[in-house]
Amino acid sequence: MAPPSSRRSGFSKKAQFSLFTGYLLAGAAALLGAVLLTLSLWQPAAFAPLRGVAGDVVTPAATGTATARAGGQGIFASIAGYFNAGAQNAELRRENELARIRLAEADAIAAENRRLKGLLGLRDGESKPVAVARLVGSTATSGRRHAFLSAGSAQGVRSGMPVLSERGVIGRVLETGRNSARVLLLTDSESVLPVRRATDNVIAFAEGRGDGLLRIRLVNLGVNPLKVGDMMVTSGAGGYYRPGVAVAVIAKITADGGIARLVAEPAATNFVSVLPVHEATAVAALEGMDIGAPDASPSPAASTSASASAAAAATAEE
Amino acid sequence: MERLDPRARSDIYGSRINRAPYPWRVRLVPYASIMTASLLPVLLIADTMPMLPSLGFLVLLAWRMVRPGLMPLWAGAPLGAFDDLVSGLPFGCAIFLWSLAMIAIELIETRFPWRGFWQDWFAASVFAVIYWLATLLFSGASITPEMVGVAAPQALIAVLLYPIITRMVAGLDRFRLARARKLD
Repeated sequence: MAPPSSRRSGFSKKAQFSLFTGYLLAGAAALLGAVLLTLSLWQPAAFAPLRGVAGDVVTPAATGTATARAGGQGIFASIAGYFNAGAQNAELRRENELARIRLAEADAIAAENRRLKGLLGLRDGESKPVAVARLVGSTATSGRRHAFLSAGSAQGVRSGMPVLSERGVIGRVLETGRNSARVLLLTDSESVLPVRRATDNVIAFAEGRGDGLLRIRLVNLGVNPLKVGDMMVTSGAGGYYRPGVAVAVIAKITADGGIARLVAEPAATNFVSVLPVHEATAVAALEGMDIGAPDASPSPAASTSASASAAAAATAEE
Repeated sequence: MERLDPRARSDIYGSRINRAPYPWRVRLVPYASIMTASLLPVLLIADTMPMLPSLGFLVLLAWRMVRPGLMPLWAGAPLGAFDDLVSGLPFGCAIFLWSLAMIAIELIETRFPWRGFWQDWFAASVFAVIYWLATLLFSGASITPEMVGVAAPQALIAVLLYPIITRMVAGLDRFRLARARKLD
Protein backbone atom coordinates (compact mmCIF):
# COMPACT_ATOMS: atom_id res chain seq x y z
CA MET A 1 0.00 0.00 0.00
CA ALA A 2 1.28 3.46 -0.82
CA PRO A 3 1.81 5.73 2.14
CA PRO A 4 -0.85 8.44 2.48
CA SER A 5 0.25 11.59 0.71
CA SER A 6 -0.28 13.59 3.90
CA ARG A 7 2.88 11.96 5.23
CA ARG A 8 5.02 13.57 2.58
CA SER A 9 6.40 16.73 4.12
CA GLY A 10 6.76 18.77 0.93
CA PHE A 11 7.53 22.43 1.57
CA SER A 12 5.59 22.62 4.84
CA LYS A 13 8.06 23.50 7.56
CA LYS A 14 5.70 22.09 10.21
CA ALA A 15 5.45 18.73 8.44
CA GLN A 16 9.19 18.65 7.91
CA PHE A 17 9.83 19.32 11.59
CA SER A 18 7.33 16.72 12.78
CA LEU A 19 8.85 14.11 10.45
CA PHE A 20 12.32 15.01 11.68
CA THR A 21 11.18 14.85 15.32
CA GLY A 22 9.71 11.41 14.68
CA TYR A 23 13.01 10.09 13.39
CA LEU A 24 14.87 11.79 16.22
CA LEU A 25 12.61 10.26 18.89
CA ALA A 26 12.75 6.80 17.32
CA GLY A 27 16.54 6.98 17.07
CA ALA A 28 16.79 8.14 20.68
CA ALA A 29 14.48 5.30 21.73
CA ALA A 30 16.65 2.76 19.92
CA LEU A 31 19.72 4.18 21.62
CA LEU A 32 18.00 4.07 25.02
CA GLY A 33 16.99 0.47 24.31
CA ALA A 34 20.57 -0.45 23.48
CA VAL A 35 21.78 1.11 26.74
CA LEU A 36 19.09 -0.67 28.77
CA LEU A 37 19.88 -3.95 27.01
CA THR A 38 23.57 -3.66 27.82
CA LEU A 39 22.71 -2.78 31.40
CA SER A 40 20.40 -5.75 31.84
CA LEU A 41 22.83 -8.16 30.20
CA TRP A 42 25.49 -6.90 32.58
CA GLN A 43 23.23 -6.81 35.67
CA PRO A 44 20.39 -9.30 35.02
CA ALA A 45 18.61 -8.42 38.25
CA ALA A 46 18.50 -4.69 37.50
CA PHE A 47 14.90 -4.61 36.28
CA ALA A 48 13.56 -7.41 38.49
CA PRO A 49 11.12 -5.13 40.42
CA LEU A 50 9.54 -3.91 37.17
CA ARG A 51 9.18 -7.47 35.89
CA GLY A 52 7.74 -8.47 39.27
CA VAL A 53 4.96 -5.89 38.89
CA ALA A 54 4.22 -7.14 35.37
CA GLY A 55 4.14 -10.72 36.66
CA ASP A 56 1.70 -9.74 39.41
CA VAL A 57 -0.62 -8.23 36.78
CA VAL A 58 -0.45 -11.26 34.49
CA THR A 59 -0.77 -13.96 37.16
CA PRO A 60 -4.53 -13.75 37.92
CA ALA A 61 -5.44 -14.22 34.25
CA ALA A 62 -2.82 -16.94 33.85
CA THR A 63 -4.15 -18.80 36.89
CA GLY A 64 -7.45 -19.21 35.05
CA THR A 65 -5.78 -20.70 32.00
CA ALA A 66 -3.61 -22.91 34.22
CA THR A 67 -6.76 -24.37 35.79
CA ALA A 68 -8.25 -24.94 32.34
CA ARG A 69 -5.00 -26.52 31.18
CA ALA A 70 -4.97 -28.97 34.08
CA GLY A 71 -8.58 -29.90 33.28
CA GLY A 72 -7.72 -30.39 29.62
CA GLN A 73 -4.83 -32.70 30.45
CA GLY A 74 -7.21 -34.77 32.58
CA ILE A 75 -9.68 -35.11 29.69
CA PHE A 76 -7.00 -36.30 27.26
CA ALA A 77 -5.58 -38.71 29.83
CA SER A 78 -8.99 -40.25 30.51
CA ILE A 79 -9.79 -40.61 26.79
CA ALA A 80 -6.44 -42.29 26.25
CA GLY A 81 -7.16 -44.46 29.27
CA TYR A 82 -10.21 -46.05 27.60
CA PHE A 83 -8.02 -47.67 24.99
CA ASN A 84 -6.05 -50.66 26.32
CA ALA A 85 -7.77 -50.27 29.69
CA GLY A 86 -7.89 -54.00 30.40
CA ALA A 87 -4.23 -54.80 29.81
CA GLN A 88 -3.24 -51.67 31.69
CA ASN A 89 -5.42 -52.65 34.62
CA ALA A 90 -3.69 -56.00 35.03
CA GLU A 91 -0.28 -54.39 34.63
CA LEU A 92 -1.08 -51.70 37.18
CA ARG A 93 -2.36 -54.26 39.65
CA ARG A 94 0.90 -56.15 39.42
CA GLU A 95 2.93 -52.94 39.76
CA ASN A 96 0.85 -51.89 42.73
CA GLU A 97 1.64 -55.15 44.50
CA LEU A 98 5.34 -54.63 43.90
CA ALA A 99 5.14 -50.99 44.96
CA ARG A 100 3.46 -51.99 48.21
CA ILE A 101 6.28 -54.38 48.98
CA ARG A 102 8.88 -51.73 48.16
CA LEU A 103 7.03 -49.22 50.30
CA ALA A 104 7.17 -51.54 53.27
CA GLU A 105 10.87 -52.01 52.68
CA ALA A 106 11.32 -48.25 52.44
CA ASP A 107 9.50 -47.81 55.74
CA ALA A 108 11.89 -50.22 57.34
CA ILE A 109 14.86 -48.42 55.85
CA ALA A 110 13.50 -45.07 56.98
CA ALA A 111 13.11 -46.40 60.50
CA GLU A 112 16.65 -47.69 60.47
CA ASN A 113 17.83 -44.39 59.05
CA ARG A 114 16.13 -42.51 61.86
CA ARG A 115 17.71 -44.79 64.43
CA LEU A 116 21.19 -44.41 62.97
CA LYS A 117 20.82 -40.66 62.66
CA GLY A 118 19.63 -40.53 66.23
CA LEU A 119 22.77 -42.39 67.22
CA LEU A 120 24.90 -39.91 65.32
CA GLY A 121 23.03 -36.97 66.75
CA LEU A 122 22.23 -35.53 63.31
CA ARG A 123 19.20 -33.32 62.95
CA ASP A 124 17.48 -33.60 59.59
CA GLY A 125 14.08 -32.02 60.02
CA GLU A 126 11.80 -32.44 57.02
CA SER A 127 11.54 -28.86 55.77
CA LYS A 128 8.00 -27.63 55.31
CA PRO A 129 7.17 -25.95 51.98
CA VAL A 130 7.05 -22.16 52.06
CA ALA A 131 4.23 -22.09 49.56
CA VAL A 132 2.30 -24.42 47.27
CA ALA A 133 1.35 -22.78 44.00
CA ARG A 134 0.62 -23.34 40.35
CA LEU A 135 3.00 -22.84 37.47
CA VAL A 136 0.81 -20.37 35.61
CA GLY A 137 2.86 -19.45 32.58
CA SER A 138 6.23 -19.31 30.94
CA THR A 139 8.30 -17.24 28.57
CA ALA A 140 7.21 -19.21 25.52
CA THR A 141 8.73 -16.88 22.93
CA SER A 142 12.26 -16.44 24.24
CA GLY A 143 15.27 -18.72 24.30
CA ARG A 144 15.26 -18.62 28.08
CA ARG A 145 13.20 -21.16 29.98
CA HIS A 146 11.53 -19.23 32.78
CA ALA A 147 8.18 -20.09 34.32
CA PHE A 148 5.80 -17.91 36.29
CA LEU A 149 4.64 -19.07 39.69
CA SER A 150 1.41 -17.88 41.31
CA ALA A 151 3.03 -17.13 44.67
CA GLY A 152 5.41 -14.34 45.52
CA SER A 153 7.10 -12.45 48.31
CA ALA A 154 3.74 -11.96 50.05
CA GLN A 155 3.62 -15.73 50.54
CA GLY A 156 7.23 -15.83 51.73
CA VAL A 157 8.86 -16.87 48.47
CA ARG A 158 12.41 -15.50 48.12
CA SER A 159 14.82 -15.75 45.22
CA GLY A 160 17.06 -18.79 45.38
CA MET A 161 14.45 -21.10 46.87
CA PRO A 162 14.11 -24.52 45.18
CA VAL A 163 10.85 -25.36 43.43
CA LEU A 164 9.83 -29.02 43.50
CA SER A 165 6.88 -30.97 42.19
CA GLU A 166 5.70 -34.27 43.61
CA ARG A 167 7.99 -36.01 41.12
CA GLY A 168 11.20 -34.04 41.48
CA VAL A 169 13.07 -30.80 40.92
CA ILE A 170 11.43 -28.16 38.70
CA GLY A 171 13.88 -25.30 39.14
CA ARG A 172 14.80 -22.38 41.31
CA VAL A 173 13.14 -19.05 42.09
CA LEU A 174 14.90 -16.30 40.17
CA GLU A 175 12.92 -13.14 40.92
CA THR A 176 9.87 -12.44 43.02
CA GLY A 177 6.98 -10.05 42.71
CA ARG A 178 4.34 -9.59 45.39
CA ASN A 179 2.08 -12.42 44.23
CA SER A 180 4.13 -13.97 41.48
CA ALA A 181 7.63 -15.28 41.01
CA ARG A 182 9.85 -16.17 38.11
CA VAL A 183 11.35 -19.67 38.18
CA LEU A 184 14.51 -20.66 36.34
CA LEU A 185 13.66 -24.10 34.96
CA LEU A 186 16.26 -26.86 34.88
CA THR A 187 16.16 -26.90 31.06
CA ASP A 188 17.37 -23.29 30.78
CA SER A 189 20.84 -23.21 29.30
CA GLU A 190 22.09 -21.12 32.26
CA SER A 191 20.91 -23.64 34.85
CA VAL A 192 23.54 -25.78 36.61
CA LEU A 193 22.67 -28.19 39.39
CA PRO A 194 25.02 -30.47 41.36
CA VAL A 195 23.70 -34.04 41.24
CA ARG A 196 24.77 -37.54 42.14
CA ARG A 197 23.67 -40.99 41.06
CA ALA A 198 20.90 -42.28 43.30
CA THR A 199 22.55 -45.63 43.95
CA ASP A 200 26.06 -44.47 44.80
CA ASN A 201 28.15 -41.34 45.04
CA VAL A 202 29.05 -40.61 41.41
CA ILE A 203 28.81 -36.84 41.45
CA ALA A 204 28.18 -34.63 38.44
CA PHE A 205 26.67 -31.39 37.25
CA ALA A 206 23.33 -31.29 35.45
CA GLU A 207 23.35 -28.44 32.97
CA GLY A 208 20.38 -27.34 30.87
CA ARG A 209 20.99 -27.58 27.15
CA GLY A 210 18.15 -25.29 26.15
CA ASP A 211 16.31 -28.03 24.26
CA GLY A 212 14.55 -29.81 27.10
CA LEU A 213 17.35 -32.24 27.94
CA LEU A 214 20.06 -32.01 30.58
CA ARG A 215 23.74 -32.57 30.03
CA ILE A 216 25.27 -34.57 32.88
CA ARG A 217 28.96 -33.75 33.28
CA LEU A 218 30.89 -35.99 35.62
CA VAL A 219 33.21 -34.33 38.11
CA ASN A 220 35.74 -37.19 38.17
CA LEU A 221 36.67 -38.00 34.62
CA GLY A 222 38.01 -41.37 33.64
CA VAL A 223 35.94 -44.47 33.03
CA ASN A 224 32.36 -43.31 32.62
CA PRO A 225 30.36 -45.32 35.18
CA LEU A 226 26.95 -44.07 34.04
CA LYS A 227 24.46 -46.38 32.34
CA VAL A 228 21.28 -45.62 30.46
CA GLY A 229 18.40 -45.54 32.93
CA ASP A 230 20.43 -44.33 35.91
CA MET A 231 18.53 -41.93 38.15
CA MET A 232 20.30 -38.71 39.11
CA VAL A 233 19.27 -36.99 42.34
CA THR A 234 20.31 -33.73 43.94
CA SER A 235 23.57 -34.06 45.87
CA GLY A 236 22.89 -31.14 48.16
CA ALA A 237 26.18 -29.45 47.27
CA GLY A 238 25.80 -25.71 47.14
CA GLY A 239 23.25 -25.82 49.93
CA TYR A 240 20.14 -24.82 47.97
CA TYR A 241 18.48 -28.21 47.51
CA ARG A 242 17.74 -30.94 49.98
CA PRO A 243 19.87 -33.97 48.97
CA GLY A 244 18.17 -36.92 47.33
CA VAL A 245 15.45 -35.25 45.24
CA ALA A 246 14.98 -36.85 41.82
CA VAL A 247 16.27 -34.74 38.92
CA ALA A 248 16.73 -36.73 35.73
CA VAL A 249 17.17 -40.15 34.14
CA ILE A 250 20.13 -40.85 31.87
CA ALA A 251 18.97 -41.38 28.29
CA LYS A 252 22.27 -41.40 26.41
CA ILE A 253 25.92 -41.83 27.34
CA THR A 254 28.53 -39.35 26.17
CA ALA A 255 32.29 -39.18 26.70
CA ASP A 256 32.13 -36.98 29.80
CA GLY A 257 28.83 -38.09 31.26
CA GLY A 258 25.48 -38.34 29.59
CA ILE A 259 22.33 -36.75 28.30
CA ALA A 260 19.42 -37.01 30.69
CA ARG A 261 15.67 -36.57 30.58
CA LEU A 262 13.80 -34.64 33.25
CA VAL A 263 11.86 -36.58 35.85
CA ALA A 264 9.49 -33.69 36.63
CA GLU A 265 8.31 -31.97 33.48
CA PRO A 266 6.94 -28.52 34.27
CA ALA A 267 4.28 -28.70 31.54
CA ALA A 268 2.83 -31.84 33.06
CA THR A 269 2.82 -30.41 36.56
CA ASN A 270 -0.22 -29.04 38.27
CA PHE A 271 0.96 -27.79 41.63
CA VAL A 272 4.52 -27.21 42.78
CA SER A 273 5.89 -26.49 46.23
CA VAL A 274 8.49 -23.87 47.05
CA LEU A 275 10.88 -25.05 49.74
CA PRO A 276 13.15 -22.93 51.90
CA VAL A 277 16.83 -22.91 50.99
CA HIS A 278 18.14 -26.09 52.59
CA GLU A 279 21.32 -24.75 54.17
CA ALA A 280 20.51 -21.06 54.34
CA THR A 281 23.40 -20.14 56.64
CA ALA A 282 25.91 -22.06 54.53
CA VAL A 283 24.63 -20.43 51.34
CA ALA A 284 24.92 -17.00 52.93
CA ALA A 285 28.47 -17.80 54.02
CA LEU A 286 29.38 -19.10 50.54
CA GLU A 287 27.98 -16.02 48.87
CA GLY A 288 29.90 -13.83 51.27
CA MET A 289 33.07 -15.72 50.36
CA ASP A 290 32.30 -15.35 46.66
CA ILE A 291 32.07 -11.60 47.02
CA GLY A 292 35.20 -11.43 49.14
CA ALA A 293 37.38 -13.75 47.06
CA PRO A 294 35.96 -14.75 43.70
CA ASP A 295 38.74 -17.26 43.06
CA ALA A 296 37.98 -19.31 46.16
CA SER A 297 36.07 -22.42 45.14
CA PRO A 298 34.55 -23.96 48.23
CA SER A 299 32.82 -26.86 46.48
CA PRO A 300 34.41 -30.32 46.40
CA ALA A 301 34.69 -30.01 42.62
CA ALA A 302 38.18 -28.57 42.64
CA SER A 303 39.29 -31.05 40.00
CA THR A 304 37.06 -29.53 37.33
CA SER A 305 37.50 -26.13 35.82
CA ALA A 306 37.17 -23.15 38.10
CA SER A 307 34.08 -21.90 36.30
CA ALA A 308 32.25 -25.17 36.86
CA SER A 309 32.92 -25.17 40.57
CA ALA A 310 31.94 -21.53 40.88
CA ALA A 311 28.72 -22.43 39.12
CA ALA A 312 28.18 -25.29 41.54
CA ALA A 313 28.65 -23.02 44.49
CA ALA A 314 26.09 -20.63 43.15
CA THR A 315 23.86 -23.43 41.78
CA ALA A 316 22.50 -21.93 38.62
CA GLU A 317 23.16 -18.37 39.49
CA GLU A 318 22.02 -16.40 36.48
CA MET B 1 -32.48 5.05 -2.60
CA GLU B 2 -32.40 2.30 0.08
CA ARG B 3 -35.10 0.46 -1.85
CA LEU B 4 -32.86 0.21 -4.89
CA ASP B 5 -29.76 -0.76 -2.95
CA PRO B 6 -29.80 -1.29 0.82
CA ARG B 7 -26.06 -0.57 1.03
CA ALA B 8 -26.22 2.62 -1.00
CA ARG B 9 -25.52 4.96 1.91
CA SER B 10 -23.05 2.74 3.72
CA ASP B 11 -19.58 1.33 3.21
CA ILE B 12 -17.58 -1.42 4.93
CA TYR B 13 -17.51 0.68 8.10
CA GLY B 14 -21.32 0.95 8.25
CA SER B 15 -23.84 3.62 7.45
CA ARG B 16 -22.37 6.92 6.42
CA ILE B 17 -25.27 9.02 7.64
CA ASN B 18 -25.64 9.97 11.27
CA ARG B 19 -22.95 7.54 12.42
CA ALA B 20 -19.35 7.97 13.56
CA PRO B 21 -16.66 5.64 14.93
CA TYR B 22 -15.86 5.67 18.62
CA PRO B 23 -12.77 7.81 19.23
CA TRP B 24 -11.41 5.41 21.84
CA ARG B 25 -11.54 2.54 19.36
CA VAL B 26 -9.79 4.58 16.69
CA ARG B 27 -6.90 5.29 19.03
CA LEU B 28 -6.66 2.31 21.34
CA VAL B 29 -7.23 -0.79 19.20
CA PRO B 30 -3.75 -0.99 17.62
CA TYR B 31 -1.92 -0.58 20.93
CA ALA B 32 -4.29 -2.87 22.84
CA SER B 33 -3.96 -5.60 20.21
CA ILE B 34 -0.16 -5.44 20.19
CA MET B 35 0.00 -5.60 24.00
CA THR B 36 -2.45 -8.50 24.09
CA ALA B 37 -0.34 -10.32 21.54
CA SER B 38 2.72 -9.79 23.77
CA LEU B 39 0.85 -11.31 26.70
CA LEU B 40 -0.69 -14.34 24.97
CA PRO B 41 2.44 -16.57 24.82
CA VAL B 42 2.91 -16.17 28.58
CA LEU B 43 -0.13 -18.36 29.15
CA LEU B 44 1.57 -21.37 27.57
CA ILE B 45 3.90 -23.59 29.58
CA ALA B 46 6.96 -24.01 27.37
CA ASP B 47 9.34 -26.15 29.39
CA THR B 48 11.46 -27.72 26.68
CA MET B 49 11.69 -25.21 23.88
CA PRO B 50 10.31 -21.89 22.69
CA MET B 51 6.89 -22.54 21.17
CA LEU B 52 5.82 -19.33 19.46
CA PRO B 53 7.55 -16.44 17.73
CA SER B 54 7.16 -13.05 19.37
CA LEU B 55 3.48 -12.43 18.58
CA GLY B 56 3.70 -8.83 19.77
CA PHE B 57 6.36 -8.04 17.20
CA LEU B 58 4.43 -9.77 14.41
CA VAL B 59 1.27 -7.82 15.23
CA LEU B 60 3.29 -4.60 15.33
CA LEU B 61 4.69 -5.40 11.87
CA ALA B 62 1.20 -6.20 10.59
CA TRP B 63 -0.27 -2.92 11.87
CA ARG B 64 2.66 -1.06 10.37
CA MET B 65 2.11 -2.74 6.98
CA VAL B 66 -1.69 -2.57 6.98
CA ARG B 67 -1.91 1.05 8.16
CA PRO B 68 1.29 2.95 7.37
CA GLY B 69 1.60 6.10 9.42
CA LEU B 70 -1.06 5.15 11.95
CA MET B 71 1.39 4.75 14.81
CA PRO B 72 4.10 7.35 15.39
CA LEU B 73 7.62 6.35 14.47
CA TRP B 74 8.66 6.05 18.11
CA ALA B 75 5.76 3.73 19.05
CA GLY B 76 8.13 0.76 19.06
CA ALA B 77 9.78 1.95 22.27
CA PRO B 78 6.85 1.96 24.75
CA LEU B 79 5.30 -1.15 23.22
CA GLY B 80 8.68 -2.88 23.30
CA ALA B 81 9.15 -1.93 26.94
CA PHE B 82 5.88 -3.64 27.76
CA ASP B 83 6.90 -6.72 25.77
CA ASP B 84 10.23 -6.86 27.61
CA LEU B 85 8.50 -7.11 30.97
CA VAL B 86 6.77 -10.38 30.10
CA SER B 87 8.83 -11.93 27.30
CA GLY B 88 11.73 -13.22 29.41
CA LEU B 89 14.29 -11.35 27.33
CA PRO B 90 16.61 -8.87 29.02
CA PHE B 91 14.91 -5.51 29.54
CA GLY B 92 15.72 -3.16 26.66
CA CYS B 93 15.95 -5.84 23.98
CA ALA B 94 12.54 -5.20 22.45
CA ILE B 95 12.80 -1.41 22.98
CA PHE B 96 15.98 -1.48 20.90
CA LEU B 97 14.86 -3.92 18.21
CA TRP B 98 11.29 -2.63 17.78
CA SER B 99 12.52 0.96 17.44
CA LEU B 100 15.06 -0.11 14.84
CA ALA B 101 12.38 -2.07 12.98
CA MET B 102 10.05 0.95 12.88
CA ILE B 103 12.81 3.15 11.47
CA ALA B 104 13.83 0.49 8.94
CA ILE B 105 10.26 0.01 7.69
CA GLU B 106 9.90 3.77 7.34
CA LEU B 107 13.05 3.88 5.21
CA ILE B 108 11.87 0.97 3.08
CA GLU B 109 8.58 2.74 2.60
CA THR B 110 10.18 5.95 1.34
CA ARG B 111 12.26 3.86 -1.06
CA PHE B 112 9.40 1.65 -2.30
CA PRO B 113 6.14 3.59 -1.88
CA TRP B 114 4.06 1.16 -3.94
CA ARG B 115 4.13 -2.31 -2.55
CA GLY B 116 1.85 -5.31 -2.75
CA PHE B 117 1.09 -8.23 -0.49
CA TRP B 118 4.10 -10.28 -1.58
CA GLN B 119 6.59 -7.48 -1.03
CA ASP B 120 5.08 -6.80 2.39
CA TRP B 121 5.25 -10.47 3.30
CA PHE B 122 8.85 -10.67 2.14
CA ALA B 123 9.84 -7.57 4.11
CA ALA B 124 8.02 -8.76 7.21
CA SER B 125 9.64 -12.20 6.91
CA VAL B 126 13.09 -10.67 6.72
CA PHE B 127 12.31 -8.56 9.78
CA ALA B 128 10.88 -11.52 11.69
CA VAL B 129 13.89 -13.74 10.97
CA ILE B 130 16.38 -11.01 11.91
CA TYR B 131 14.39 -10.37 15.08
CA TRP B 132 14.39 -14.09 15.91
CA LEU B 133 18.16 -14.29 15.48
CA ALA B 134 18.77 -11.10 17.47
CA THR B 135 16.58 -12.21 20.38
CA LEU B 136 18.42 -15.52 20.45
CA LEU B 137 21.74 -13.68 20.65
CA PHE B 138 20.55 -11.14 23.22
CA SER B 139 18.65 -13.64 25.38
CA GLY B 140 21.45 -13.74 27.94
CA ALA B 141 21.86 -17.50 27.62
CA SER B 142 24.93 -19.19 26.23
CA ILE B 143 23.95 -20.37 22.77
CA THR B 144 24.21 -24.12 22.28
CA PRO B 145 23.71 -25.82 18.89
CA GLU B 146 20.76 -27.70 20.36
CA MET B 147 19.16 -24.43 21.38
CA VAL B 148 19.36 -23.04 17.84
CA GLY B 149 17.92 -26.33 16.59
CA VAL B 150 14.84 -26.16 18.77
CA ALA B 151 14.38 -22.44 18.14
CA ALA B 152 14.46 -22.80 14.34
CA PRO B 153 10.74 -23.67 14.06
CA GLN B 154 10.03 -20.29 15.68
CA ALA B 155 11.45 -18.50 12.63
CA LEU B 156 9.45 -20.66 10.24
CA ILE B 157 6.23 -20.16 12.22
CA ALA B 158 6.85 -16.40 12.26
CA VAL B 159 7.12 -16.31 8.47
CA LEU B 160 4.02 -18.47 7.98
CA LEU B 161 1.95 -16.63 10.58
CA TYR B 162 2.38 -13.21 8.97
CA PRO B 163 -0.44 -13.47 6.37
CA ILE B 164 -2.87 -14.79 8.98
CA ILE B 165 -1.96 -12.05 11.42
CA THR B 166 -2.34 -9.45 8.68
CA ARG B 167 -5.87 -10.70 8.00
CA MET B 168 -6.67 -10.50 11.70
CA VAL B 169 -5.22 -6.99 11.92
CA ALA B 170 -7.29 -5.95 8.90
CA GLY B 171 -10.37 -7.26 10.72
CA LEU B 172 -9.37 -5.31 13.82
CA ASP B 173 -8.90 -2.24 11.64
CA ARG B 174 -12.50 -2.58 10.38
CA PHE B 175 -13.63 -2.90 14.01
CA ARG B 176 -11.54 0.15 14.89
CA LEU B 177 -13.15 2.35 12.24
CA ALA B 178 -16.66 0.86 12.39
CA ARG B 179 -19.26 3.64 12.64
CA ALA B 180 -20.97 2.34 15.73
CA ARG B 181 -21.68 5.66 17.47
CA LYS B 182 -24.99 7.39 16.73
CA LEU B 183 -24.77 11.14 16.27
CA ASP B 184 -27.68 13.04 17.76
